[in-house]
Amino acid sequence: MSLLLKSALVFNSPGGLLEKKDILIKGGKIFKIAPVLEKKEHENSQVIDAWGKIVAPGLIDLHVHLRQPGEEGKETIKSGCAAAAAGGFTSIACMPNTRPVTDSKMMVERVKEIARREGVVNVYPVGAITKGSLGEELAEMGLMVEGGIKAVSDDGRPVADASMMGLAMEYAKMFNLPLISHCEDPSLALGGVMNQGLTSTRLGLRGIPDTAEAVMVARDIILAQASGSHLHIAHVSCARSVELIEWAKSRGIKVTAEVTPHHLVLTEEEMEEFDADYKMNPPLRSKEDVEALRKALKEGVIDIIATDHAPHSREDKGVEFERAPFGVVGLETALPLILTELVHPGHIKLEEALASLTIKPAEILGLDAGVIREGAEADLTIVDLDKEDKVDREKFYSGGKNTPFQGWKVKGGAYMTIVKGKIVMREGKVYF
Amino acid sequence: MSGRNFFPSPGDGHVKKDLLGLKYLEKDEINFILERARLYKAAYKEGRSFNPLLKEMTVANLFFEPSTRTRISFEKAAFNLGGRVINFDTGSSSIQKGETLLDTVRTVASLGVEAMVIRHSLAGTSHLAAGEVDIPVINAGDGCHEHPTQALLDLFTIKEIKGATAGLKVLMVGDVLHSRVARSNLWGFKKMGLEVTVVGPFSLLPPGLEERGVTLMKDLDEALKTVDIIYILRLQQERQQKGYIPSLKEYRHLFGITEDRLKRISEKTVIMHPGPVVPGVEIDYPVTRSTRSKIQEQVRNGVFVRMALFELLLGEEVWKNELAP
Repeated sequence: MSLLLKSALVFNSPGGLLEKKDILIKGGKIFKIAPVLEKKEHENSQVIDAWGKIVAPGLIDLHVHLRQPGEEGKETIKSGCAAAAAGGFTSIACMPNTRPVTDSKMMVERVKEIARREGVVNVYPVGAITKGSLGEELAEMGLMVEGGIKAVSDDGRPVADASMMGLAMEYAKMFNLPLISHCEDPSLALGGVMNQGLTSTRLGLRGIPDTAEAVMVARDIILAQASGSHLHIAHVSCARSVELIEWAKSRGIKVTAEVTPHHLVLTEEEMEEFDADYKMNPPLRSKEDVEALRKALKEGVIDIIATDHAPHSREDKGVEFERAPFGVVGLETALPLILTELVHPGHIKLEEALASLTIKPAEILGLDAGVIREGAEADLTIVDLDKEDKVDREKFYSGGKNTPFQGWKVKGGAYMTIVKGKIVMREGKVYF
Repeated sequence: MSGRNFFPSPGDGHVKKDLLGLKYLEKDEINFILERARLYKAAYKEGRSFNPLLKEMTVANLFFEPSTRTRISFEKAAFNLGGRVINFDTGSSSIQKGETLLDTVRTVASLGVEAMVIRHSLAGTSHLAAGEVDIPVINAGDGCHEHPTQALLDLFTIKEIKGATAGLKVLMVGDVLHSRVARSNLWGFKKMGLEVTVVGPFSLLPPGLEERGVTLMKDLDEALKTVDIIYILRLQQERQQKGYIPSLKEYRHLFGITEDRLKRISEKTVIMHPGPVVPGVEIDYPVTRSTRSKIQEQVRNGVFVRMALFELLLGEEVWKNELAP
């Protein structure tokens, strides 16, 4: 069965030009792109009228926690993939902090196999940097590459030992693997549950200072400079880190960086008192930090937007704030929030937003994706810029309902998600 | 139950069936509580009996953290008004079986109590509980966040001694970083128009105090020259083990209210401390016994302030009609 997307505004990186085209999909691939396709060229095709909507390469989220295996009460590969499809993502990279940790070829293959059977989007498991993410011994990166990993990370458990991180960079270079670093100096962050600042002072909660992040960003940049490895800095949250990344890029050091929608949209001041749905790591920072992050994204100092989708159950979050786990869900709110809070008010251009969600993450992971061209996999997201909606966690496909954006009014979002030529989501409904 | 809605419009979004912190009280409300407490104290001094406003009512004291004065003070306040108190002991409770805070709070509410007093080592627990149950929740200290009844009794004590609060200069000394008493008092002092100066090791001061309108000083002796009230915070000994200060000796040298310093402090200056006092570190023992120390007065006043609170949160609307108890 072939599919015709009629009269779509096609976004194509890196030029980002929006041109009105017809796209014919056959056999899971993009078969033909033309200003107008004649009737005889698409006979027997299912026709999608995309007039007024934007067809983008399928969105890619480089930072997702799927929780399976080990914590299926929070999320499963199936529910996480459905959430991705609902949010317009066609590919996601999942972090290895599962139970057990995804630190071997067998574990990587297991995640991929479950994803192939039950997931509606493409899943790229990220392998651990060290065994068990304990920071002590290198994980079997070479074998995991054969299992299909595109990057390594000890996300959630930063590599505390500088010599171990240096070693990992040298080793990963053999496979051209980017190291995704969760930058947080454990001694500076110790016991912290929110940003260290005015709000933590008022609430009497122990703070995680921005220095905890920036100290390790500096360390890893220097190690990347020395090793020549590709360092990717996860969830940048503060102005200090931005400054360091800017310096690194000006020196030609191979560094890329991501920022989450919640760090681009919320400050610590907007946190509801002791509401654990605002508790994530890194924490929400100050207004000045949010401004620096927006500017950095616009100027390309920060390369991509990634959600750090971190689902938790109601019971896990419904405890004393200090005991609640870190993390918020993001897959189903990312695109609406970016469009509503950043694109529509003019902070960043639509083209910049879409590039940071498509071609740029594809380049970081080395995926043959993120562009719309004949012969490519038909992974596409149709974006409706004007649809008004309200965030409703009860409608999430994700097992996690832990969002600080409940009830937010949004304008714009994914209208349709197509993976390998198959419609997996249409107007909010996921087709398994 | 009438009387619950004493606290006027919840303009800041918080339902004022509870007392969660001084942050959420308006100046008028604070004054009202202080005035009711004053009348209770007067009645007590004259040997008059109190109206049994809490007759047939039960207050649950949920103390997840050790306490002497606060727990007994709440208990005495409830007794004085004819109420019953159930004391909850974490050691023999289902907490030991892994029951969560919310489950515990729900269970206690279902057993049929009229109010809940909560002390917990983690910040925000009273907020969590208050959002879960319909009965009033009184915060008796949550982590490093707030200890509102302590701040109310401190304001009461100051007003009783000085006749008013506005314009007075208060010097807070010590570990503000870990002090819930300091946090509640910062709100209370500011709302009641006191000028607040803080002296303490910079390693034990949280960021943003100056933005809150507090003056920071480095030198205790300099700061002591012009104050009306010295409010000493407790220094927990483990702060030294955790590396916040080099030694207790150095702390006492720089920030201790010693006998020697007492000599140089004006006779009119009042010394306060929320207790429990660790003599020989933040304050010398003889200083606690001096006429300028109001530490025992603070403890005494706590009962009347808490009676006023119970009345306002639980009592029938008698306060509307007759102000004398």
